Amino acid sequence: MTVALGEADLPMIRSRRSSAVARGDRRPWTFYALAVVFTLYVAALYGPMICIYILSFQDIRGGLVFPMKGQSLHWFIDLFTQVRTGDVKGSFDRSIKLAALVTVITLVVSLMAGLAFRRRFFGDTVVFYLMIGSLVAPGLVLGLGIGLLFQWIGISPSWYTSALGAQLSWTLPFGVLVMFAVMSRFNSVWEEAARDLGATRWQTIRLVVIPVLAPGLVAVALFGFTLSYDEFARTLQTSGSLNTLPLEIWSMTLNVTSPSLYALGTVTTIVSFVIIGACIGAIIVINKRRGVRATGH
Amino acid sequence: MRAGAGDIELAGLCKSYDGVTNVVDGVNLRIPDGAYCCFLGPSGCGKTTILRMIAGHEEPTAGEIVIGGGNVAGLAPVERRTAMMFQSYALFPHLTVRDNIAFALRVRGQSKAERYKAADVMMEKVRLTELADRLPANLSGGQQQRVALARAAITEPRVLLLDEPLSALDEQLRVQMRQELRRMQRELGITFIHVTHTQLEAIALADIVVVMEKGKIKQSGPARDVYAYPCDRYVAEFLGGQNVLSGKVEKVGDRFVVLSQPNRSGIQVRLGTEARVVVGDRIDLAVRRDDIELVRADAGSPDDGATALPSRVTAIEYQGSFVKVMLDTVPDEDFVAYVPERIFFRDPFNVGDVLLATWSAGRARVLA
Repeated sequence: MTVALGEADLPMIRSRRSSAVARGDRRPWTFYALAVVFTLYVAALYGPMICIYILSFQDIRGGLVFPMKGQSLHWFIDLFTQVRTGDVKGSFDRSIKLAALVTVITLVVSLMAGLAFRRRFFGDTVVFYLMIGSLVAPGLVLGLGIGLLFQWIGISPSWYTSALGAQLSWTLPFGVLVMFAVMSRFNSVWEEAARDLGATRWQTIRLVVIPVLAPGLVAVALFGFTLSYDEFARTLQTSGSLNTLPLEIWSMTLNVTSPSLYALGTVTTIVSFVIIGACIGAIIVINKRRGVRATGH
Repeated sequence: MRAGAGDIELAGLCKSYDGVTNVVDGVNLRIPDGAYCCFLGPSGCGKTTILRMIAGHEEPTAGEIVIGGGNVAGLAPVERRTAMMFQSYALFPHLTVRDNIAFALRVRGQSKAERYKAADVMMEKVRLTELADRLPANLSGGQQQRVALARAAITEPRVLLLDEPLSALDEQLRVQMRQELRRMQRELGITFIHVTHTQLEAIALADIVVVMEKGKIKQSGPARDVYAYPCDRYVAEFLGGQNVLSGKVEKVGDRFVVLSQPNRSGIQVRLGTEARVVVGDRIDLAVRRDDIELVRADAGSPDDGATALPSRVTAIEYQGSFVKVMLDTVPDEDFVAYVPERIFFRDPFNVGDVLLATWSAGRARVLA
């Protein structure tokens, strides 16, 4: 999740590292102690996930625990061909569509909120705290409430209505907070310059604000997408009769006892990483094109 | 463009943000078409606010702005035919030099070929052709300024407004770009209004210097008038180059006054003309620093019409073409003589020397 903030931090970290090397020929013992703590932390964080990925590549004899039995792509094929494992393809489809929808809405609303919150307006503090409130509210309870509300109103809950709303209550505050960080580096003198040169408000937004903010907007989009794609608690009671992918995986853990469950985990992780990689790549390309490092003349 | 299209008239211009204090307080000014006008003053004196009001980025609280004979209240910058060059240039970071310059034409809906043709002509003018495809981050400060200038000029404004255009540059480049600004102004033949807090910049560039303090115009006029004949103590001190002697008039005689200060009395200053002051007045007298001649105390009295004040040298600074000698002529106030280098080194003084600071009668002026 922290990857989305990488845009500005990368050069900073890089310079810090190089200065440490230049300065210190002997590192203090605390460096090694903290390095051990960090290594353990990383192992605890990624170890279990890596176990799952490894176990998904077993052959037909494979079970749910180590030791590893053979190597093949059997369970990946099984995943997409066997009906008994569940509606993987359908739920994957829904999850991607829902995440795309959430991303677009988060992006648009966050941009508008970011632009609006540059100035004080009546009730701005209240709006801000309400937003943070929906971030800290327990997701399961919130989802339950939304589900109840939909039933009470008489609309049957489904992934593109109630689940969409429940997920937005989670992604919007995140998107807006990221947008605040992005906006802090936006100089409104660019807007003024555009106006001075005769641009209308819409032209200013289209030709100046959005392109200048593009790397930050990619980060917001990434947030929206990954948060939605992974969302479980709020979606559980709001998705109606058809499952999203996380819900499908969860229900599979209850009735599927083969490594195809692990294969599904591997596939979704790959999808996540491809999307994250694409976004970071986009940010790097944009920044490189803008020549963040001056070449002089 | 009809003649006189770029003349500006400010009448009773006021701006207040809180309804209580006026940042700009009743400014009246006429700037003729094609003039280079500098607003000079410390930060917070309202000079940038005036600029932004002329540009149409802020609306006056009261008063009128007339450009080329028409009141521009409520008009957008493009309708006013003004263009602004922002302090840090505000170049669009995502656009190349060519696209930055062509921006104004793009928002007017010109085709790519059309606007690039115009941008290329403009780039030729400011010698940016070989940098056309660079992004602003890859330009030096001076190059960025030229892009900003070209971007503003392509709208064919009748008034170009420059907000501290040289402050982002280092000293050497500043002098160089100063000349470039003046050259561009002459080439474009339009009115330039330039805001600065550097007096050197203002007097080097401007046809008209407007000295401001706390939202009001203190003095405006040709650079030489403002520098050589400041109207009051504030202007004299802000522009520098003058010593200001203040005190209470003790005695008024035939072409001389005697001033007294809390720590010193009997300062007799000769005046070239009959002074219109009366005993008891508090007055300020200005003498140019380069009009002061330093004479050793034992070298005999200077000629009759001159003022001679005994002083001690407190510091000496070598400035290249002249030497800055600081004196304790008046207590608690700076008193400085600019002595031409050659003259100084014929018989150099040392810190602590006692001498006479003299100037001939016509050199002292009574300030308002």
